[in-house]
Amino acid sequence: MGKRVGIIGVGQTHHAAKRLDASGVEIIAEAVTRALDDAALTIADIDAMVIGNMDHFENINYVDMWAVDGLGACMKPVFKVTTGGTTGTTVGACGYYHCASGLFDVVLAVGWEKNSESDTQAAIATCSNPALERDFFAGAIGPLATEYSMYMKAYGATEEDAAIVAARDRNNALNNPYAHSRQQVTVEDVLKSPMLSYPIKFLDMCPRSDGACAVIFAVEEKAKRLCAKPAWVHASVVRHDYTHFGDLEWTFMPTLERASAEAYKLAGITNPLKEFDVAELYLPASTCGVKWMDSLWFCEHGEAPKLVRKGTFQMDGELPINPSGGVISTNPIGATGLIRVGEAAWQIMGRAGARQVENVRKALATGFGGCSWSDVMILGADLP
Amino acid sequence: MERVAIIGVAQTKYEQNKPETFAELVYDVTRRALEDAGITRDEVDNVVSVSSDFWDGRTISSMAISDASGAFGKDITTVEGDGTFGALYGMMRILSGSFGVTLVCAHHKGTESNMNGITNCAFDPLVERRLGIDAVSSAALQARRYMTRYALKEEQFALVSVKNHGNAMRNPLALFPMEITVEDVMNSRKLADPLKLLDCSPVSDGAAALVLAAERQAKKLSTHKKRVWLLGVGHCSDAHHLGDRDLADTRALKDAARRAYAMAGINDPLREIDVAEVYDAFSYMEPLWLEGLGVCEDGRGCEYLERGWFDFEGRLPVNPSGGRLSAHAVQVAGLAELAECALQIRGEAGEHQAGEVKTALAHGVNGMCGQSHCVWILGR
Repeated sequence: MGKRVGIIGVGQTHHAAKRLDASGVEIIAEAVTRALDDAALTIADIDAMVIGNMDHFENINYVDMWAVDGLGACMKPVFKVTTGGTTGTTVGACGYYHCASGLFDVVLAVGWEKNSESDTQAAIATCSNPALERDFFAGAIGPLATEYSMYMKAYGATEEDAAIVAARDRNNALNNPYAHSRQQVTVEDVLKSPMLSYPIKFLDMCPRSDGACAVIFAVEEKAKRLCAKPAWVHASVVRHDYTHFGDLEWTFMPTLERASAEAYKLAGITNPLKEFDVAELYLPASTCGVKWMDSLWFCEHGEAPKLVRKGTFQMDGELPINPSGGVISTNPIGATGLIRVGEAAWQIMGRAGARQVENVRKALATGFGGCSWSDVMILGADLP
Repeated sequence: MERVAIIGVAQTKYEQNKPETFAELVYDVTRRALEDAGITRDEVDNVVSVSSDFWDGRTISSMAISDASGAFGKDITTVEGDGTFGALYGMMRILSGSFGVTLVCAHHKGTESNMNGITNCAFDPLVERRLGIDAVSSAALQARRYMTRYALKEEQFALVSVKNHGNAMRNPLALFPMEITVEDVMNSRKLADPLKLLDCSPVSDGAAALVLAAERQAKKLSTHKKRVWLLGVGHCSDAHHLGDRDLADTRALKDAARRAYAMAGINDPLREIDVAEVYDAFSYMEPLWLEGLGVCEDGRGCEYLERGWFDFEGRLPVNPSGGRLSAHAVQVAGLAELAECALQIRGEAGEHQAGEVKTALAHGVNGMCGQSHCVWILGR
């Protein structure tokens, strides 16, 4: 059987709309250096690397090869994984499997993006089937607007419910020095912000950022020796079940339901709302912070608005979600999922600074992308 | 450590201007690889796709094929790079204990793509790209450096093309089976000095798939004859900028090979390996990589090639399938090599069966001029 694996170091850049001071390779080097510092390691301690981003944003072919100087991967094993929006969690999972396989002891996983160099929506648009769906499901907002409209119609959720989530995440970001967008906003501010695609408004939606994140995974023996309090990987599951948006279920989030159900089974989670102490979720829009709570099995279908209104997911609530400010505050796309994993790991390691939730034993991290695909990683303070 | 086996393989015929979509190609090889393994989709618990947004001209390249690869309800991920790296990730996922049976699939439609533009984008955007450099012109630099360092001749490289196109005459899947002479290669159109058209692999369309299984599942699901064990693997990358490397130095390949040989217990590759599929995107690469693989001393690959060591009936048959020179679907290439090695070990390579094969080597490349290598040892 495979080895047990822990996260022993996390590093990320200070994310920004436009990093004119650094190239992509330099941004990667920043995150790698910070992760090594966080783990008190040097590059010589790293046995293998894995990297990911989305090709069409920066127009770099063979990113794993181009990034070698920034990764410190010269004369080391390295390859690239990429799955669109889920790339960050895909990279995290790949770092995990490197170690769990027993082939490598200490592995560096890196996600990055320099979206200021890209035509982000145009690049995303080409994921849809060119003949059938590109015209109406092009870009990131369309499918998200569609799914929340359907959810509102089915269960009476409101635009205000989403605005509560938006205000929560944006205000949480004030406690995160790495966040790209740090602004104090009220529910009113969100509701009054310009409409992008009904019912999603400007302050509901994620930005695009320049930034990178690096996470260091290690096999049990090494993790115990190198780190006082590793964040152990309890489960890593993905479901990328759809090729066409037209095949999706719209009143719930099917891939998130399937991925989280499987991950909970593997990690022995039976009551996720009670058992998780914190969650870092890839919520590309605040609307997802309403609807997808059903699909994470926190409640029955349609019950999420009640929990949101009750404050269940606020910093002082039963299950704080996105203490980092989440994706609507920071979104270097290829890194975004890995930031969720890194932030969740820091919460367990007690290194989350002003956004630290007290005594975190179990943390949930998710990724989202592609054709409404979902990745789930569960981390714990105790060995799995 | 638990062992992992290849229990099923499939490849399309390699052609130009294939009318099928990516998804149709992947569906075809997925279905046939499962058939070859004698299992159904239900027995596969995860999928690794190998594809590239650049070559597909479509972002999130795996989105076009997740249904076709049978990934619904399963864990699927994507390696962007050569198929040998995709198979490596497939094996890692099994060794982790999370999965029992991995389908690895790769697709490529080179004839819908723009080779020059796409490979130009593999170079530094600020300094190098504006030179117009691409896979062919950078390979020409490497060929020239290799010739200079070891006093080699273009005619010696041409022999690789003659051999591999000749081998392809026995492989019904190859794109360009041809009986040609050194003179034909020398007289073919010059693309980038010293490389001529027939020194370069052809842009091709195709797909390949492998079914990998953990030892327990492999023994339950498949017959002894179909099981080919993955005995060793290693990968390693050199520096990115061509100017930071000596292009005739194969140190990254040597490191990858060292890792694979150590894992598989190979001490003398020339004696212990019965057949090799080596990444011959350009003719000169075959002897250069054979040196890096430790099959012969540095600088002497061409000499042994001339002596017939790597011929179909030579001491170590290299690229009996016809190699990439006869059909090169980028990224599919490494997976096709692994499929070919598996067939050789199973004794099912048909007319290009290179005698009795116990141990085989497959070798894939990522990046320009062989920046990164992945070496596999397969056996019975």
